[in-house]
Amino acid sequence: MATIQSNKQHEVLEAVIIRFVGDSGDGMQLTGTQFSDTSAMFGNDIATFPNYPAEIRAPQGSLYGVSGFQVHIGSVEISTPGDEVDLLVAMNPAGLKTNLHAVKPGHTIIVDTDAFTKKNLEKAQYDSNPLEDGSLENYRVIEVTMTSLTKEALRDVEGLDNKSITRSKNMFALGMVYWMYDRSTEHTIEFFKKKFKTKPPLIEANTKVLNTGYYFAETLELIPNSYTISPAKMEAGTYRIIMGNTATAWGFLAAAEKSGLELFLGSYPITPASDILHELVKHKHFGVKALQAEDEIAGITSAIGASFAGDLAITTTSGPGLALKGEALGLAMIIEMPLVVVNVQRGGPSTGLPTKTEQSDLLQSLYGRNGESPVIVIAASTPANCFDFAYEAAKLTLEHMTPVILLSDGYIANGSAPWKIKSVSDMPDIKNNIITEPDENWHPYDRDENTLARKWPIPGTLGLEHRVGGLEKDRVSGNVSYVAENHEYMTKIRAEKIKRVQNYIPDIETEFCDSGDLLVIGWGGTYGSLYSAVKQINEQGYTNTGLAHFNYINPLPKNTEAVLKRFKKILVCELNTGQFAKVLKMNFNGFEFLQFNKIQGLPFGNSELIEKFKQLVK
Amino acid sequence: METTTEKKYTFKDFASDQEVRWCPGCDDYVILRAMQKALPEMGVKKEDVVFISGIGCSSRFPYYMNTYGMHSIHGRAPAIATGVKLANPDLSVWVITGDGDSMAIGGNHFIHVLRRNVNLNVILFNNEIYGLTKGQFSPTSLVGQKTKSSPYGNTQQPFSPGELAIGAQARFFARIGGNTPKEMTQIFIDCEKFKGTSLIEVLQNCPIFNDGCFDEFTDKKVREDKQLHVEHGKPMIFGKERDKGLVLNGLKLEVVTIGENGIEQEDLLVHNAKEEDPTMHQMLVRLRYPLVTGIIRSFDDVTLEERKDVQTKEVKANSKFRKTDDLFFAGDIYKVD
Repeated sequence: MATIQSNKQHEVLEAVIIRFVGDSGDGMQLTGTQFSDTSAMFGNDIATFPNYPAEIRAPQGSLYGVSGFQVHIGSVEISTPGDEVDLLVAMNPAGLKTNLHAVKPGHTIIVDTDAFTKKNLEKAQYDSNPLEDGSLENYRVIEVTMTSLTKEALRDVEGLDNKSITRSKNMFALGMVYWMYDRSTEHTIEFFKKKFKTKPPLIEANTKVLNTGYYFAETLELIPNSYTISPAKMEAGTYRIIMGNTATAWGFLAAAEKSGLELFLGSYPITPASDILHELVKHKHFGVKALQAEDEIAGITSAIGASFAGDLAITTTSGPGLALKGEALGLAMIIEMPLVVVNVQRGGPSTGLPTKTEQSDLLQSLYGRNGESPVIVIAASTPANCFDFAYEAAKLTLEHMTPVILLSDGYIANGSAPWKIKSVSDMPDIKNNIITEPDENWHPYDRDENTLARKWPIPGTLGLEHRVGGLEKDRVSGNVSYVAENHEYMTKIRAEKIKRVQNYIPDIETEFCDSGDLLVIGWGGTYGSLYSAVKQINEQGYTNTGLAHFNYINPLPKNTEAVLKRFKKILVCELNTGQFAKVLKMNFNGFEFLQFNKIQGLPFGNSELIEKFKQLVK
Repeated sequence: METTTEKKYTFKDFASDQEVRWCPGCDDYVILRAMQKALPEMGVKKEDVVFISGIGCSSRFPYYMNTYGMHSIHGRAPAIATGVKLANPDLSVWVITGDGDSMAIGGNHFIHVLRRNVNLNVILFNNEIYGLTKGQFSPTSLVGQKTKSSPYGNTQQPFSPGELAIGAQARFFARIGGNTPKEMTQIFIDCEKFKGTSLIEVLQNCPIFNDGCFDEFTDKKVREDKQLHVEHGKPMIFGKERDKGLVLNGLKLEVVTIGENGIEQEDLLVHNAKEEDPTMHQMLVRLRYPLVTGIIRSFDDVTLEERKDVQTKEVKANSKFRKTDDLFFAGDIYKVD
């Protein structure tokens, strides 16, 4: 270890937001993940969000090919990846240009000056070099010849091609950031040892570049300060960093184990839901049966078949895929069988913005089917609680014998955060309605008197042979029935069955205050943004602002109206034009639902929320 | 699959209490009865039998069977059946579909279930017309056929289900006339025994919208002369007098007469349904004179379930994870006190 005397000054910070940007292919996702994992293990609370282009490899240096990874770490509670950046690491001019707007004035930008060539500047549509024309004078710019320093550092390492050498420059940047934020490189070096087990030169090269970056920052007088962010006060327990999609997949694994059923996934790849498929197919050791189907419709219909045969069946998709699954979802609904449909929402309509987030599939989930076809709709709100809501979706579908749509979105699905690991033994019990003993008086559409769920007779059971199908069913026998009154009865009882789920879900609880001037309402993936903004406005003295965040959308919690009554003003914040506000208006008369909507494929920014809240409570 | 059963069923055991509601004279009745007669011969337990259908006249079939069944949505039965079979490989799963259901809206699922070789059976009721929607042309309707949606004659080229199926790597393909219940019953029994996806095309008359569509091959008066009912290992011989047969002339099949031009029965092609190479099967499927019926292809191969089962066992044996907790607490975890 080099021991270079430095005159660095430590400054203690509560939280910091760092964004790494470069070409897709520059390894920005890996760099960001390493930094966030290291910080989490150090004890910080974290939230991360990757932001990458829809193109796999956009032309190098282009504005639309920029890939970014943002991490928010703190010694305080962190609920969002944040919007204003304290440190921007830009590996090229395009990255700088597309992200500069997010950097707080006076804060730091690290650039790889080697990438600021005439060609790259042109590609980024710069008329002049921003490093020379004074346009960055409001920022503290740290210029480093990162590519050449990386090459220099690796001159003596044998067995490396040019590509591997240049590709490791992201580790130089990471090394610098590790020094600046007083982090150890140890975790990342361990990571290299595992990742490149069969390629020792790469372990050596990456380690060397990482350390070189670290020592370079230490020696560089341009970086006078380093920062300390102390561990956060977090609930005691065992943690891991988890992405929303992984958490969703794991929630289903846990539910399958708890319910004693085998898990079946029928799915067709679609961004940003594919990672749930990728995760579940790994777990054949738990008996997971997965079918990558020929299309979205086969994804859901194979799951319906598996459910008919007694598996805990799920299908995963994103907006356009849910549109295709609509007819089959109606079938699952009328035959009253368990099925979870996960919709990781993205910007729509049609192909829309595949890699950007939005909450605009709510009405599709509630009403996007022919006929009267209510299903349970619930939404996860953070990367970590994707686990709980996947589990809850499985529990509800099995106990109530109706399809459940679980809404997630690109923001929480790709974002990651610490998850206090839950053992399966900590999870609530899951019952199911499978019957194994034939009863003389048994009928396929007999219902449980409380939940109105029907029984679940499974092929292979003698004496329970029966037929189901999409035609209207007789209320008892399940045989095809065109009797007018029967159809009305069945339509109503299927709706009533969903309504009764209210008795099995928790009441909505407001956070920060029970009653007051302003109730901020949100649902699903905006929780972190809304929580942090409402928290801050309360800290600023607007102490009568409450937050009601909904995870249960159909049915709504029983006490919703009572909660609404306790506030003078109600503001519904959504990443769409007001779909949940519409639902509330339909359900609750006599309230004025103000709206704050953003339709940019981006999460809510902290300052825009606070500004809006202040307008209403001033 | 376990196929032993202590109870001896009769066809009545498989008839449900629902009134059958097809048009009088429809071949669907023949298929239903053939199935009810075949099932007791298969040695499968009644509670293990599942019929999955799509939409169309044929797809009402499950309601009439006293087994497990699902009348599902248009064209998707093969995908639903795949899910049933993967969830419980011990079940005897049957897909009931028509030419509208599986050749048009369900074309995608039809080819993929064959490609994957799931161990289930598909009965394709082909009547070259849309019956339930009252008489539009289907993907198997002939060019020039006048229907409600082609008053001047159909301009779309038809699919031949067998060609399509073999192109999609079907390992089992049989064709049978809708008016030959005995042979049909036997084929149902044979395809249940076959391990892999079996496809049976039934040439089914629609007395209302396409009456007599297969008469030129299936009418009692002509069928012996117009149909060649192949059997594995037997010469390809046909005709009322059993004097016609097939030989290979270059790359084409040719009809010859025994006793003419020095042709003897030994010169005829011998049917090999178990050949992996589908070239000859494809040629047989394409032939219009004689129309080839019977089990044209029956090539044993690994099924999707078997392949998945082997992989799952391998992964289980090599995995350190037994319970989900093992996974949750593995890797980069850290403690907060």
